[in-house]
Amino acid sequence: MTMNLLTREEVEPAGAEMAADAPFSPESAVEMTVRDAIALALREELIADEHVFLMGEDIGAYGGSYVVTKGFFDEFGDKRIRDTPIAESVIVGSAIGAAMGGLKPIVELMTINFSLLALDQIVNHAAKILYMSGGQVNVPIVLRMVTGGGSQLGAQHSQNLEAWYARVPGLKVVCPATPYDALGMMRNAIQEANPYIFVEHSLLYRNKGLVPKEYYTVPAGKSVVRRTGKDVTLVGYLRSAHLNLEAAEILAKDGIEAEVIDLRSLRPLDLEPVIASVQRTNRAVVSEDAWLTGGFSSEISCQIQERAFDFLDAPVQRVNGADVPAPYSRELEDLAYPSTEDIVRAARSVL
Amino acid sequence: MTAIAHTGNGVAGAMAATTQFSSMPMVSTVTALQHGAAAGARPSDAQLVQFFHQMQLIRRFEERAAEQYTRRRIGGFLHLYVGEEAVATGTINRLRPDDYIVTHYRDHGHAIARGMDPNAVMAELFGRSTGVSRGKGGSMHLYDASRHFLGGYAIVAGHLPIACGLGMACQAEGDGRVCLCIFGDGAVNEGEFHEALNLASLWKLPVIFLCENNLYGMGTALAAASATSELYKFAEAYHIPGARCDGMDVRDCYRATGEALEHVRSGAGPYFLEAMTYRFRGHSMADPELYRSKEEVAQWRKKDPIATLREDLIARGVLSEQEAQQIERQVEDEVEAAVEFAEQSSNPDPRELFTDIYAESGRGHLARHTRSSAVGETTHADAGN
Repeated sequence: MTMNLLTREEVEPAGAEMAADAPFSPESAVEMTVRDAIALALREELIADEHVFLMGEDIGAYGGSYVVTKGFFDEFGDKRIRDTPIAESVIVGSAIGAAMGGLKPIVELMTINFSLLALDQIVNHAAKILYMSGGQVNVPIVLRMVTGGGSQLGAQHSQNLEAWYARVPGLKVVCPATPYDALGMMRNAIQEANPYIFVEHSLLYRNKGLVPKEYYTVPAGKSVVRRTGKDVTLVGYLRSAHLNLEAAEILAKDGIEAEVIDLRSLRPLDLEPVIASVQRTNRAVVSEDAWLTGGFSSEISCQIQERAFDFLDAPVQRVNGADVPAPYSRELEDLAYPSTEDIVRAARSVL
Repeated sequence: MTAIAHTGNGVAGAMAATTQFSSMPMVSTVTALQHGAAAGARPSDAQLVQFFHQMQLIRRFEERAAEQYTRRRIGGFLHLYVGEEAVATGTINRLRPDDYIVTHYRDHGHAIARGMDPNAVMAELFGRSTGVSRGKGGSMHLYDASRHFLGGYAIVAGHLPIACGLGMACQAEGDGRVCLCIFGDGAVNEGEFHEALNLASLWKLPVIFLCENNLYGMGTALAAASATSELYKFAEAYHIPGARCDGMDVRDCYRATGEALEHVRSGAGPYFLEAMTYRFRGHSMADPELYRSKEEVAQWRKKDPIATLREDLIARGVLSEQEAQQIERQVEDEVEAAVEFAEQSSNPDPRELFTDIYAESGRGHLARHTRSSAVGETTHADAGN
C-alpha cells in the first residue's frame, strides 16, 4: 500500500482506479512543478516501502544540486538518504548490488554527463544481469539524471545522452516533460522491477501543470498526443515536446494545424500514435535537443518511412542540436540547440 | 598474527623472477578484530577429505571442459581454474548459505565449490537450456540465485561495486551475512576497485574482498602492471585490514577465511584477503603463454594443492591410497556424467533470444522486498533465498 500524498489516502498502486492519461477535471487536480512532482513520488515511495532509499552526491545535507530532495534528509535520515562520495561507478554499482539483494535504491546521478563515469555499471551490468542469469536475478533500480543544456554550463555539463541509453536492451528510459508525466512515471519506475533511466531536464523543473489528486501511474512505452491536428505531425520529447506546442501555436495563426506527440518514453518506444498521425497528416517533423548525427530522431524517421512510406508527401524532417560540443557564449549556445523557429521552419518546409 | 603457512621461502624463491614478496602470512597495520580460537581454526580431517574430493572435481571438470572446448562443444572464451582449486574450496566452504558471492570470469571452480550441480555448469558451458543460466550466460556468467551465487562477470573489477551493494543489503538484513567478492590481481588498478574499497570502508560494508593473486593479469606480470605488488597493502590505504594466505594450501585458505569472516560478520567493516596462487594453464584456452617460462610453471606445479593435500592425507593415515583412488574414480564418473548431461541437453528455444530482457511481475527473482501489503502488479514479490 502507498499513501497518496495528495489526498492522504492509502491506495493499492496495482489497483489504482485512474488509468494513465485518463481525463480529469481541474477541480479534482492540483497545480505543481515537475520538480515538485518528482519529489512527491519519491516521498510517497520512501514512506510506503522501507526498502526504498536514495543515493547520490549531495542529495542529503546539501538538499540536492537541483533541489529535488530538499528536506528529505531531515524527514528520512541518513540511512534512507545516503550522501555518497564522488564516485559514480560505485554509486551505480552498489545500487545494482543492493537491488539484487532485496533493497530498492533510487540513484541521483546529478547530470547525465557524469553518468558516463558509471557507463560500465549501467550498460554492462544493470542492463544485462537479468538476461545473463537466465532470468534469475533482476535489477530494480531507478537512475535519475538531469539532461540538457542552455544554461551556459559549457561542453561537459550540457549534453543530451538519453538516446544512447535508449539503445541498450535491458534498460527502460523515460523522459517526462510535464508534472503529470513526472509524477506518474516516477511512481511507476520505482514500483517496477527493471533498471530505469529517469531523465529530467534542467530547464523543465519549473514547468507547471495540473496533476490529478486521484492516484495514477504512467508506464513506460506509451507516447501521448498533446494536440490534435490534420496538417503536420510534430514529434518530440522533453524540451522539444514543449517547443513543438509553441510551434503549433505559431503555425495555427496561418491556418496550419499541427498534431503534437510527446514520446515521453524512449525505451520502450511507442510510435503507434506517430504512425497513425502521419497516416492522416502525411508529413512529419521530429525534434530533439541531442546531436543530429545518429540521433534518436534518426530512429524515428526511419520507422516512419518504414511503416508509413506510402502516406508521406515529403521526407521526414529532423530538427536537432548542432553536431558540436556545447559552447559557453550565450549567443553561440542558443545556436547549438533547436528553437521554436527551427521547428516552424521545418514544418513549413514539408507543407 | 596466527599460524604460519606451510610454505614460506620456497614460494618466495620461485617468485624471484616475477615479483618480490615477503613470506606469508601477514596482516597489515590496520588491525583486524582480535580473533577467538574458532575463527582461524583449521578444517577437520573429515572436511579435508571432502575438500580433496571437491578440488579433484574442480580439477577434472576443468580438464574435461578444456577437451570439450578443443572439440568445439564449448565456444567463446574458457578460463580454467587449474591450480587454484584450494582458494575456491578453502574460502567458499566456510560461508553460510545466505552469504552472497560475486566473482570474475574464472568462475567454474567457485560455482562448484558453492555446490552448484556440475551437470548444470557443464550444460551452461555447452550453451544448453539446462545450463545454470539457461544457456544465455556462458562460462563467464554462471548464476545460481538459490545459492546466492550472483555471477560470473567479464568486466575486470566491474563487480566490485556490486559487491558493495550486496554488502548494503547484508547490512540491512542485520543477521551477519556477508558478501564474498572474488577478483584477480589484474583488477587492482581499475578505478572501480578503488571506488569499491573506499565505499566499503566508509560505510563499513560487510564485504570480503578476496584477491586471487596468480601473478598475471592475462599476459601481464603483476610487477609490470602495479606499482604495489603486495596487494593486501592496497587495503591499508582505505583502512581495511588486509592479510595474505597461501592459495596453494586449502587449510590456510580456510583458516584465513575464518578470520576474515569473524571481522566482517561483527559489523566492523570489510576485509581484504590476498590468496597467493597460480594458474597452471593459460589465461584462457587461446593463450599461448609466451609471457612466462615453462620452468616457472613447473616450479609452481610442485605445489599442486591437490597433490600436496593428497600426500598429506595419506601420510597421516586419513586416507589410504585405495580410498584416494576411489575418490578419484568417483570424480571421473561425476565429470563424465556432466559431459553426457550437457551433450544430451537441448539448445535453448529460439524464442529465448527475446526473454529476460525485462522482469515482469510475478517472475521469480532474488529481490525479496515487500511493501506493507503485497503489490500484485509489480515485482515486489516475496521470494525464498
